[in-house]
Amino acid sequence: MYEHDVIVVGAGGAGLRAAIAAHEAGADVAMVTKLHPVRSHTGAAEGGINAALREGDDWELHAYDTMKGSDYLGDAPAIETLAKDAPEDTITLEHWGMPFSREDDGTVSQRPFGGLSFPRTTYAGAETGHHLLHVLYEQVVKRGIQVYDEWFVMNLAVTDEPDPNDRTCHGVVAYDVQSGKIEGFKATNGVIIATGGPGQAFDHTTNAVSCTGDGQAMAYRAGVPLEDMEFVQFHPTTLPSTGVLISEGVRGEGGILYNEDGERFMFEHGYANNDGELASRDVVSRAELTEVNEGRGVEDEYVHLDMRHLGAERILDRLENILHLAEDFEGVDGLVEPMPVKPGQHYEMGGIETDENGETCIDGLYAAGECACVSVHGANRLGGNALPELVVFGKRAGYHAAGADLGEAAIETGYSEDVEDETNPDLPVTPGEAGLEPAGGAVAADGSGQVLDEADVLERAVEAERARTERLMEREDGVKHADVRAKLQRAMTRDVNVFREAEGLKRALREIRECRELYQEVAVQDPSRTFNTDLQMTYETRNLIDIAETIALGALVRNEFRGAHWRLENQVRDDENWLKHTLISWNGGKPSIWYRPVILEGEAKTYEPKVRSY
Amino acid sequence: MSTQEQKPEPDTEPEEPESQEAPVEQRAPASPQQRRMQRKASNLAERERQAAEDEAKLEGDTVHLKVFRFDPEVANKQEPRFDDFHVPLERGMTVLDALIYARDEYDSSLTFRHSCRQAICGSDAFFVNGSQRLGCKTQLSELDQPVRVEPLPHQEVVKDLVVDMEHFYDQMHSVEPYMQQEDLPEGDLAEMRQSRENREKIKMSTRCIWCGACMSSCNIAAGDNQYLGPAAINKAYRFAMDEREDEEIKEHRLRIIEQEHGVWRCQTQFSCTEVCPKDIPLTEHIQELKREAVKKNLKFW
Repeated sequence: MYEHDVIVVGAGGAGLRAAIAAHEAGADVAMVTKLHPVRSHTGAAEGGINAALREGDDWELHAYDTMKGSDYLGDAPAIETLAKDAPEDTITLEHWGMPFSREDDGTVSQRPFGGLSFPRTTYAGAETGHHLLHVLYEQVVKRGIQVYDEWFVMNLAVTDEPDPNDRTCHGVVAYDVQSGKIEGFKATNGVIIATGGPGQAFDHTTNAVSCTGDGQAMAYRAGVPLEDMEFVQFHPTTLPSTGVLISEGVRGEGGILYNEDGERFMFEHGYANNDGELASRDVVSRAELTEVNEGRGVEDEYVHLDMRHLGAERILDRLENILHLAEDFEGVDGLVEPMPVKPGQHYEMGGIETDENGETCIDGLYAAGECACVSVHGANRLGGNALPELVVFGKRAGYHAAGADLGEAAIETGYSEDVEDETNPDLPVTPGEAGLEPAGGAVAADGSGQVLDEADVLERAVEAERARTERLMEREDGVKHADVRAKLQRAMTRDVNVFREAEGLKRALREIRECRELYQEVAVQDPSRTFNTDLQMTYETRNLIDIAETIALGALVRNEFRGAHWRLENQVRDDENWLKHTLISWNGGKPSIWYRPVILEGEAKTYEPKVRSY
Repeated sequence: MSTQEQKPEPDTEPEEPESQEAPVEQRAPASPQQRRMQRKASNLAERERQAAEDEAKLEGDTVHLKVFRFDPEVANKQEPRFDDFHVPLERGMTVLDALIYARDEYDSSLTFRHSCRQAICGSDAFFVNGSQRLGCKTQLSELDQPVRVEPLPHQEVVKDLVVDMEHFYDQMHSVEPYMQQEDLPEGDLAEMRQSRENREKIKMSTRCIWCGACMSSCNIAAGDNQYLGPAAINKAYRFAMDEREDEEIKEHRLRIIEQEHGVWRCQTQFSCTEVCPKDIPLTEHIQELKREAVKKNLKFW
């Protein structure tokens, strides 16, 4: 068994920032991550970091833009915390050596991004995430923080009181990918989940193969509600053949979208008469697919993104990485021809319900970054708001877990008696694992209500994971995890995409149910304990199934059009009924859906929902 | 040495995901939109014919991979061997795509690191037809067949294409790879200034993705295990050349890289520069640090 004050699970931007903060606050902190930190998917972020740094801009404008971008589903205390902390946290990155692009006077450069009223996206070429990730890792090395890399965290060690709000997290169970051994990691102060998004639930995604929603699935099965999972961002400019991301920075610098007829459709077809290409991402993605569906797409599949008029010098200075990506992954030279682009899954707005200090309803369990939902992004995330979220809320979670006082949180977490339950969700099949197997080896499985001591909780969790692994390894013949995953991805991409309707969503839920049943037969072919990726991907596929189900459930019950979530049956934003978050609780394998009102009351003002036009 | 011959089954083609249905607005007859749809319909027929022709050309085309296999604890893999995989070829297919196909369709124990698929995570550097390349960035159409895929040379093989990266990471960490400037500008939100020229100077060096291709290609590193290697020296360059760091810190760095197993070991063979998937001029950076080290030493003469 290993023991530390604070355990950070995942070593992308949020995890690294959390570890640095916990270390600064005096804790003995360790990171446990299935990849080496520099392999994390934060490195693929391109555009930049929104922060109100300059004269003429201020945090209140950033907060307002973010609230509007969220389609009034972000919580004001979270949004205001982001906007207020982002400037200092961005400058801290500069002090740590971040190679930001520079102005003539040597100050850091900022550029316009979609949905922003001021050009506040601070950037390092079109590879901001790469530099952010490496700078944070450098600081972790500098501080001598312990990193257990290529250790896959399988489950949390959480007590088993009936009410999740009474539970405590004492550590994690992890699998050493190199040796195959399964060990407990005791956390005396807290566990911070920073495992990123679940993009692999879809088959056309900008996300890495490693983005399998592991942390979300573990927290969910341990009793933490997942919030607003139906809000999935489809980025408007991904390469058609691979899903590789072409940064919004291209449009920020003046890149133009054309349909097959050479029309600048964002204006000519009235999708966004003021902001055109720089409308919010959900708006541009729907516009592109509408163009394609109405017959004005190129090869009936995509549209063109043209940046040639910016000139080689400016492109090379600010967007060079885009030229390499278009060349290497689509065979297109962005200097001489337009680039083909179409919408692709990019970001999960929803996630593990936390407050603005990163804490969940389970004592000692925190989450930060894309896996969390604090909620800053609401129904749609603005470009350039993911990276500040990583550093702001990663830092806060790290400090809080280490025992620093951040003041009381304004955001409530956990189910309570006074929330609104969804009593009639009209589901085509029963979700969850009821009748199939115990809840993924969660310690809470026996429902005894007995409070165990910390060491017992961890030991039981380790034993449960060893037993699960034995079952998977022993099965002789069975279904391949890759086939289950492929079926799940097809179902999600077909029916839980940009345009959604009830019948399709029900079909997706039926298919997810079939995936669960198939998964009961899944067998690991590779008999080795050494670097068994067959086994690791089998664990991950289980996590994807649980997460995909919450996305489809949320999408089915939310019968309105808000931000990234569009519904055929009700194509308007319905503030009267839906100014509320969707929450899904696992309940030991019997998911339930409930709602909590959105918080629009900020520190000094209340945000009034307005018609969202760009 | 045993080899497995595996042919694709004819009916394992993955299903195409259906495209999204979106509401189609009703428009007046004979509108430009309707005319466009008609024209589309006829264009579509032509394109389908063309696509069918292209498919026919590709149909039956497979790429022949010979992949290195080794597992220290599995009886028939303890002796290293090469397995043959015949993967159906698709346009734009990369070495990584073919490996994923072979694993998911034929042999789920085939093991390799990979994550982002877009040449930024640095996980999938392999030895492909005799040179260090990123699997995700290497088109099969550029390669002679059979395509030999092996783990990076000069590193211990953990299993199949997975090598032990610990030594590489140790070397990266040994050059104190972090900003050390602690004298920060006064005032709220005051950044350190950096000229555009200086940012440009360090730009290429900051692109390193820690894939290890350079170290694996380097003859010197192969013979001298303590040699810092091109990636670590490049990391030192990234800080030594950054004008935000003080002269003192730069001198400290130069002392690190001019040690016995540092820059002077480099014999300018350019193999690292040739294999770098991010086009970092590694050899030039090493040469420049040699010159800086000489200048520093002259100063103290």
